[in-house]
Amino acid sequence: MTPLLQVKGVTKRYGARLGCGDVSFDLWPGEVMGIVGESGSGKSTLLSCLAGHLAPDEGQVIFDTRAEGPQDVLTMSEPARRMLGRTDWAFVHQNPRDGLRMGVSAGANVGERLMAVGARHYGQIREQAVDWLGRVEIAPDRVDDRPRAFSGGMQQRLQIARNLVTGPRLVFMDEPTGGLDVSVQARLLDLLRGLVREMGLSAIIVTHDLAVVRLLADRLMVMKGGRVVETGLTDQVLDDPQHGYTQLLVSSVLQV
Amino acid sequence: MIELSGVSKSFVLHNQGGAVIPVMAGAALSVAPGECVALVGNSGAGKSTLMRMIYGNYLAGAGSIRVGEVDVARAAPRDILTMRREVLGYVSQFLRVVPRVPTLDVVAEPVLAAGGTQEAAQARAKELLARLNVPERLWPLSPTTFSGGEQQRVNIARGFAHLFPAMLLDEPTASLDATNRGVVLELILEAKARGAAIVGIFHDAEARARVCDREVDVSAFTPERVA
Amino acid sequence: MTETAYNFAYLDEQTKRMIRRAILKGVAIPGYQVPFASREMPMPYGWGTGGVQVTAACLTPADTLKVIDQGADDTTNAVSIRKFFQRTAQVAVTEHTAEASVIQTRHRIPEAPLTEGQILVYQVPIPEPLRFLEPRETETRKMHALEEYGLMHVKLYEDIAHNGEISTAYAYPVKVEGRYVMDPSPIPKFDNPRLESAAIQLFGAGREQRIYAIPPYTQVVSLDFEDYPFEASKADHPCDLCGCGTSYLDEVIVDDDGGRMFVCSDTDFCATRRAEGHRGRLAGEDLAEELA
Repeated sequence: MTPLLQVKGVTKRYGARLGCGDVSFDLWPGEVMGIVGESGSGKSTLLSCLAGHLAPDEGQVIFDTRAEGPQDVLTMSEPARRMLGRTDWAFVHQNPRDGLRMGVSAGANVGERLMAVGARHYGQIREQAVDWLGRVEIAPDRVDDRPRAFSGGMQQRLQIARNLVTGPRLVFMDEPTGGLDVSVQARLLDLLRGLVREMGLSAIIVTHDLAVVRLLADRLMVMKGGRVVETGLTDQVLDDPQHGYTQLLVSSVLQV
Repeated sequence: MIELSGVSKSFVLHNQGGAVIPVMAGAALSVAPGECVALVGNSGAGKSTLMRMIYGNYLAGAGSIRVGEVDVARAAPRDILTMRREVLGYVSQFLRVVPRVPTLDVVAEPVLAAGGTQEAAQARAKELLARLNVPERLWPLSPTTFSGGEQQRVNIARGFAHLFPAMLLDEPTASLDATNRGVVLELILEAKARGAAIVGIFHDAEARARVCDREVDVSAFTPERVA
Repeated sequence: MTETAYNFAYLDEQTKRMIRRAILKGVAIPGYQVPFASREMPMPYGWGTGGVQVTAACLTPADTLKVIDQGADDTTNAVSIRKFFQRTAQVAVTEHTAEASVIQTRHRIPEAPLTEGQILVYQVPIPEPLRFLEPRETETRKMHALEEYGLMHVKLYEDIAHNGEISTAYAYPVKVEGRYVMDPSPIPKFDNPRLESAAIQLFGAGREQRIYAIPPYTQVVSLDFEDYPFEASKADHPCDLCGCGTSYLDEVIVDDDGGRMFVCSDTDFCATRRAEGHRGRLAGEDLAEELA
């Protein structure tokens, strides 16, 4: 078996300041990896570099494409990379407004990726949109409503539906539950867990919420100052942290 | 099935002046298929630590921990994950689940994770919940709101749902009434009978006597305290 | 200032050359929006400054110019642009489609089929068909470059979702020669089939500084869904003046009681038919006389 994603020595500098430094890891099919760290630790920079939103200064991001096997995403042609972004990759933003088209209906939001890859039958597009709204627990009669009329949790679920409709193999998530009520978070986590297992998705989740990674991630990467300080099985890193920073992070969580 | 040799472990507290606390040294253990071994020793002797190391939850400092084909002390995370899905089950003392997920799905999940069908998983979950006397009206509800005893039974049902060839049991009979305690002991005996290798912690001496073939005192692995 | 103080067709020669280069590039890449250095014209944006610059760059002293606005030769915009070129280029003008060598239009394609050698110049307010859904110019350019046109169907999807049909009735997006998606300017979608023409079609957007073109006999396909095919619809009436059942119609309110009539929006087409003896429902009445 080949890793779905091989990250090798990814480094991004902002002038003299380090965004993220020399990050390497493999992500296997069906695996969910969490990246944790405080604000400014470089986790979002890393995610942007991996997802092709930001060009790293050094390193390779090799994705196992369906057609041509492992390819370095960073040296891929832009059309090919954008095509990947519409098909095999998905990106769930922290703020659903960044990931949705707020001016068009929920159905069109979900249908956009289908139309982007050539779907030209209105009835079928709409059917798939309704089906996906159902899977993220949005009532079918909301299909023609604009996301503005949705609650924050619904917007986030709509964003997930919009991203997963083309059956991607790799999902990048940036604080997917940030900014949501605790009860809504739980529902979303449950949903994500189910979808990840059903669809055999691989995912990279950036968050500062250790409870989120404990529930969603198989593996954990802890970042500080742009560097990876510890990696391992999620429960092992959280229950038996080896690095001082991780120990501090874990012991700083308020117990309820 | 489970083979430990020369296993040691210390905790380093980086935020408390780098204090090093050795908790285990030279631990060895061998459990054959169909055998149930009880870990004994005083509180703090390292019973739970040893179990967690076997499960890969704590990182071993040295030595080897073989579970089936996998050396947990050295294996890559994904090999440990595969082992946990297919080979090694763990019944902890506490139920940890995603809120809002129905009890039935919580129990069925390990079967699905190991590659079982939805039907098989649901059937197995129902069977176990019924045997453990969890009222059927609770099955569609999330166990997060259940009483301690109910949660523990859900936890046990979940732990036994997939037929693991090796199992770790951390006080499986604690906080259970006599009837359910009997059911749990039966489940353990059935697992042994089908060839599962079991390592357990049982404070309940009677239960221990009934299901365990021998005892291993972990005090023997406790290092000289240097802290 | 006298008329002779202007250079031919108002613009200086260097500017016209610059515009012609943009036009040639546009013709070479059908449907592609070519940026050009749009000049300030002696009329406000929105009055056809883009079309006027393209016309100015195309005109020769031998040309015959026709200008229409919504199909009519006699509306303010058409009259003033026609006068502008009469004054600055001293070209011949006409209202007859067949006699014109250059036709500047706003919002219509003449009913009479155009022929080889004719140039049809469109005034364009917003040249970017993707603008409705994607406000970033950097992004829409990239989408054109990479042929990422899924978004165009999102707009049509919205139409059907909210109105039960593709309700976009004008500026209906088309794909040119299987490559670029293009805004045909706010012509009614009824005119879309006639974008496949023997004439050269040039599009000028003054404020947005873009020129694009459809060379003669270029394939132009209106976007649609398999289950909601494109329809070139029009009001379901014949013209009340000339009786034509196939031309695009304007609805005219004729009194305070809600009385109305439908007339060809192409005034030259309607007048020509009436001269040939065709008569519509109201053609004999005084009202019609007044309007005609």
